[in-house]
Amino acid sequence: MKLVTAVIKPFKLDEVREALGEIGVSGVTVTEVKGFGRQKGHTELYRGAEYVVDFLPKVKVEIALTDEMVESAVEAISKAAATGKIGDGKIFISQLDDAIRIRTGETGSDAI
Amino acid sequence: MNEIFELQYALDTFYFLMCGALVMWMAAGFAMLEAGLVRSKNTTEILTKNIALFAVACTMYMICGYHVMYGDLGNFFLSGITGDGATGVDEPATYAPSADFYFQVVFVATAMSIVSGAVAERMKLWAFLAFAVVMTGVIYPMEGSWTWGGNAVFGMYTLGDLGFSDFAGSGIVHMAGASAALAGVLLLGARKGKYGANGSINAIPGANLPMATLGTFILWLGWFGFNGGSVLATASVESANSVAVVFMNTNAAACGGLIGALILARLMFKKADLTMALNGALAGLVAITAEPSTPTALQATLFGALGGILVVFSIVTLDKLKIDDPVGAISVHGVVGLLGLLLVPITNEASSLSGQLIGAATIFIWVFGASAVVWSILKATMGIRVTEEEEFMGVDISECGMEAYPEFVNAKA
Repeated sequence: MKLVTAVIKPFKLDEVREALGEIGVSGVTVTEVKGFGRQKGHTELYRGAEYVVDFLPKVKVEIALTDEMVESAVEAISKAAATGKIGDGKIFISQLDDAIRIRTGETGSDAI
Repeated sequence: MNEIFELQYALDTFYFLMCGALVMWMAAGFAMLEAGLVRSKNTTEILTKNIALFAVACTMYMICGYHVMYGDLGNFFLSGITGDGATGVDEPATYAPSADFYFQVVFVATAMSIVSGAVAERMKLWAFLAFAVVMTGVIYPMEGSWTWGGNAVFGMYTLGDLGFSDFAGSGIVHMAGASAALAGVLLLGARKGKYGANGSINAIPGANLPMATLGTFILWLGWFGFNGGSVLATASVESANSVAVVFMNTNAAACGGLIGALILARLMFKKADLTMALNGALAGLVAITAEPSTPTALQATLFGALGGILVVFSIVTLDKLKIDDPVGAISVHGVVGLLGLLLVPITNEASSLSGQLIGAATIFIWVFGASAVVWSILKATMGIRVTEEEEFMGVDISECGMEAYPEFVNAKA
């Protein structure tokens, strides 16, 4: 099992959710986050004086998946979240040791 | 006394009072504008300042200000002011004497409101209120007595004879307030973090732009009383026509100011800076206040636009000079107040450019000088600035002991 963590542009969340639903992903966890990447935030003007927005708002989507689902999920996210412009975000994939469905006590891929 | 006169007396008095109430409402406008343009940690304090200064101004003007400004109309503590305007003075007025006081007193509060925004986020509350006592009790009434009061400046010259004219107070109210503010800001210094060690100018964005916008709308509305009431009467064809022109021009100038500032901000900063647009509308209003009764509607719009454009340049320039004015009060009321005075001779033949310049210089030198002395005394005695740590924490906690938005802190009920 893998944990796929995608950090995406907030306005792309609905499209990502739909794309994941289409390939049969049954659940995701979403968190509003802030951060910076190579873009390093950006500057704005207020009354003619500059100020730096160091951390830009992003949405973090976490999905627990069976190994065979990972490729299609990554593809779905990449396609749905892409604008081609700087700041589209990143996808991280990590090993997931176990999963437990609290209601039934099922474990492993049965719990996903 | 015939019935027509009684009706005129009643109507003029009523009009005066309603205009005064509109001007009183400008205090709410200033409070909202300033609360919107400071950071949230300084909201409670700026609101306290705004409502307290109004009370201080009205009380001091009652105690001595009105007497200093209009010695022949009112005594100390307003004793005898409840009389009849139609029979009580040498020249019969068409309104009650106490209505005149009421209309005048709200102008004092306006002048003082201008100061509070410029010194926001770093001044001690009680030092500010101590200054308000002197400003509204003596400094403003003195220059008011030389202008609207008609008295000679320290017995030397009389501004009215020199061709000085300021209809509703671009100079007498607005530039005077800004002059006091400038003296305070210079002695107070900039907010921590506003100007970097390497010469950088840092933006400190305001916390609540809906509030700042509401404040501007309220001021815009109140200004109809400010300028419209300054016609001093409405119960005759002549004065009613004049009132209507003043309302029309006041509105036109605000629109011109907003459009001028918004377009210039877009050109200079690539984006539509709302705060500049708000300042632009107010600048338009200040620009027309010195003479809203003689320009055409087009002239009023252009005068306003000129004010709106000037205010943007002025705000940027003051920032470069490291004069930190969080709400732009010195630019809106001071720089554009001067512009308003200088525009008067274009449409009002009774005034002269030299008279306007001498009047402006008189007001500025007196108010700036006297304020600088008072601020210096306060600085040497009680201190005018909060400590660095208090400033970082926000003056809401250090001065008032309460947050404007307490849900954001972890307080146990």
